[in-house]
Amino acid sequence: MQRFSSTGPATSPATVGEAENVSKSFGETHALVDVSLTVQPGECHALVGRNGAGKSTLVTLFTGLNRPDRGAIRLAGEAAPSLADRGAWLARVACVYQRSMVVPPLTVAENVFLNRPVQGEGAVINWRRMRAEAHELMLEWGFDIDVDQEAATLTVEQRQIVEIARALSIGARFLILDEPTAALEKAAVDRLFERVRRLREGGVGVLYISHHLEEIYEICQRVSVLRDGELVLSGRVGDISQAKLVAAMVGSAPPRRATEIEAVRVDSLGGTKLEVKQLTVASRGGSVIDVDLSVRAGECVGLVGLRGSGTATVADAVVGLIKPRRGSIAIDGSPVPVGSVHATLRRGVGYVPQDRHARGFSPQLGVDENLTHAVLDRIADRFGFVSARRRTRIAQEEAQVLQIVARSLDQPVSSLSGGNQQKVVVGRALASKPSVLVAVNPTVGVDVASKEALLDALGRARDEGVAVLLVSDDFEDLRVCTRLVVMVRGRVTAQFDRGPWDRQKLISAVEGLEVAV
Amino acid sequence: MARRDFRFVVLNWFRELTLVPVIVVMMFAGSLVNPVFFTTSNLINVAEGGAALGMVVVAESLILLTGKFDISLQGTFGLAPLLGAWLIAPKASQGLGTEWNPWLGLLVVLLVGLAVGTFNGLLVIKANFNAFIFTLAMSILLTGLQLGWLGGQTVYNLPEAYIYLGAESWFGVPVAIWLTIAAFAAAALFLRYHRIGRAMYAIGGNLEAARAAGIQVDRIRIGVFIVASLLAAIGGLMQAGRVTAVTAGQGSNLIFGVFAAAVIGGISLEGGRGRVVGALTGVILLALVTNILTLSDVSSTWIDAVDGAIILIALGLAKLIGTERA
Repeated sequence: MQRFSSTGPATSPATVGEAENVSKSFGETHALVDVSLTVQPGECHALVGRNGAGKSTLVTLFTGLNRPDRGAIRLAGEAAPSLADRGAWLARVACVYQRSMVVPPLTVAENVFLNRPVQGEGAVINWRRMRAEAHELMLEWGFDIDVDQEAATLTVEQRQIVEIARALSIGARFLILDEPTAALEKAAVDRLFERVRRLREGGVGVLYISHHLEEIYEICQRVSVLRDGELVLSGRVGDISQAKLVAAMVGSAPPRRATEIEAVRVDSLGGTKLEVKQLTVASRGGSVIDVDLSVRAGECVGLVGLRGSGTATVADAVVGLIKPRRGSIAIDGSPVPVGSVHATLRRGVGYVPQDRHARGFSPQLGVDENLTHAVLDRIADRFGFVSARRRTRIAQEEAQVLQIVARSLDQPVSSLSGGNQQKVVVGRALASKPSVLVAVNPTVGVDVASKEALLDALGRARDEGVAVLLVSDDFEDLRVCTRLVVMVRGRVTAQFDRGPWDRQKLISAVEGLEVAV
Repeated sequence: MARRDFRFVVLNWFRELTLVPVIVVMMFAGSLVNPVFFTTSNLINVAEGGAALGMVVVAESLILLTGKFDISLQGTFGLAPLLGAWLIAPKASQGLGTEWNPWLGLLVVLLVGLAVGTFNGLLVIKANFNAFIFTLAMSILLTGLQLGWLGGQTVYNLPEAYIYLGAESWFGVPVAIWLTIAAFAAAALFLRYHRIGRAMYAIGGNLEAARAAGIQVDRIRIGVFIVASLLAAIGGLMQAGRVTAVTAGQGSNLIFGVFAAAVIGGISLEGGRGRVVGALTGVILLALVTNILTLSDVSSTWIDAVDGAIILIALGLAKLIGTERA
């Protein structure tokens, strides 16, 4: 199956992207040291590493946003164009980032041909022709998407498709996918894999960045591991075991704990802390219908479901971010006023929101300030003046518990790595010493070691008698849970009362295939 | 882990004081232009000119830090002292003829500030109107009311209590200057050390994150609108006191200077960044420019153009020195 479009390169080069002994430093930080990596046409090459290992820097070199200090970048077999020549870069390489780059108010066709005339046209836009070409492109690559649709109405998956289609139509045959599955549900992930296969068959080379190692075994042929800016392992996926891969990523860090959890004895649990009754919420992010749920002290209830199943909506409603249509939420047996985060958090609830960039922190402020945002009233005197001493004490304690790596406590959170940013978000919730902790995907998009630190912190909170409601679609998170509740399309459909969880059964329940016992 | 990184501290101060060298250059230029420049009376004159502007800059800075803005502060700056003056001045000096007690007049000034601020706050924050277009419309309305009621006239012959802030001096320095300095100092301390001040930075940096942390974002933002309008009303009172009258044009076009001073002083239009100390340097710079232009024989019709050019140059300098503004 040959799928070269008319704008593609005439001949197929040996590599679509190549880094030869590249090094890059930012100030005193050696982001990349002597890294060599090639991506061949028709190959999916996995790039893995912990946050801060240098993956993002390598991507900036490959996409022409930075120039290597030493070494060379080659694209489509030729030396890379100058940084100023954006057009030349776009015609050779494209990166689909975690955050969408489509322009919402424009149609799909306009997004595909953004800032670029359809072939043989001047500055005047021929709408009919643009739509036709966009449509043809979609057909050619087998993308099922309406080109007249407004991009604002697209799902995350469809936005990715638009970005990929745009890159292909410019002629790029080197595609970098940066955590493409982070925001996709299971079925969409499968479709993505299918598309990646089709792209490979069409001669596209893919550099695939992901924290989900099982995905790499599913769709990649080669894998390269970065650690502290160095390439520590590279080879065929079939020759490298998952354990070896993790060892290469983590380096000399302590071995990971067993993934199964012991069943927590029921008599060690305290009274009911959080009780949700007949919760019904209408939400675009996934509506909720008649959900009953209770969490006791010392218990960690995992609320599991696909994206859009309503699990995150339950969490948002519990903390007061969304007003439910019906139902009640009680903490320590007395109801909380719905729809007020302030009122709910004052009742001893800690909250780790789903999207750290959207709701997690104020990027320009320091680690210490962000860690104490939920306890401003506690670190202030009776006139409201903040005690710097108290702030530092709380911030230092949380930074130590969660092993936050920062130059200093007043370093702006925007300049921390993703894993450390997430630790700040969790620390902000724990700093209030909550009796109920509501956490939504607390380990999404962080490296293995950060994940361990975050899950350890949640487990410790649980052992100290906090009632934890953990919403997650990452099965690894569930090892700190004592009980699982599964939601499908807004309703509770299954419960698992004690671990270790049977992965197969759990997946079936989450997918709504069968109701587990 | 280090509690504070010395580099950040230095960088932050550097950022706040970018304009200081520019101010020094301006003062040097001023002394060359006219020997009168470096006299006490002229310098006090400069400060007095900046005082009323400064009040509104403090007000706007507070709103900008929380990620919103309010164009109608200039309307409040004009209308609030006008209403008060109107109710207390006799008919002969363009008053309504009710001849209220001056203290009641002062209360009216504050009430106008309170009312406008509450109205703006509720509609921009709660009803989610776009701050730009809503406060622009409010500004046009308030200025229009001011013009309509006065019919282009000036209310004068105001009682002593009413013009006290603008006309009296303490220790040889006009009360308005003391008051503005106090407002800057209070705002700086509040923003740095009060939990609501810190919450304002959190809100400006990431509204949803602040909300998710349990900060009462709506209440604080509405409160900021109200405080800002009150400050603008007091600023207007200072201006009225200085010229011992309220003109139909008081406050017109003031807001451009206010935004210019705040932004060249390092207050981010995006919210969450900047300090009022920086905004103060912006006010000083603008007041100096106005004064020097008056002292040098620049024709009054050209003052606006020179004003604009100097703001652009200040922005360019700030950018060159490496602080992200504008």
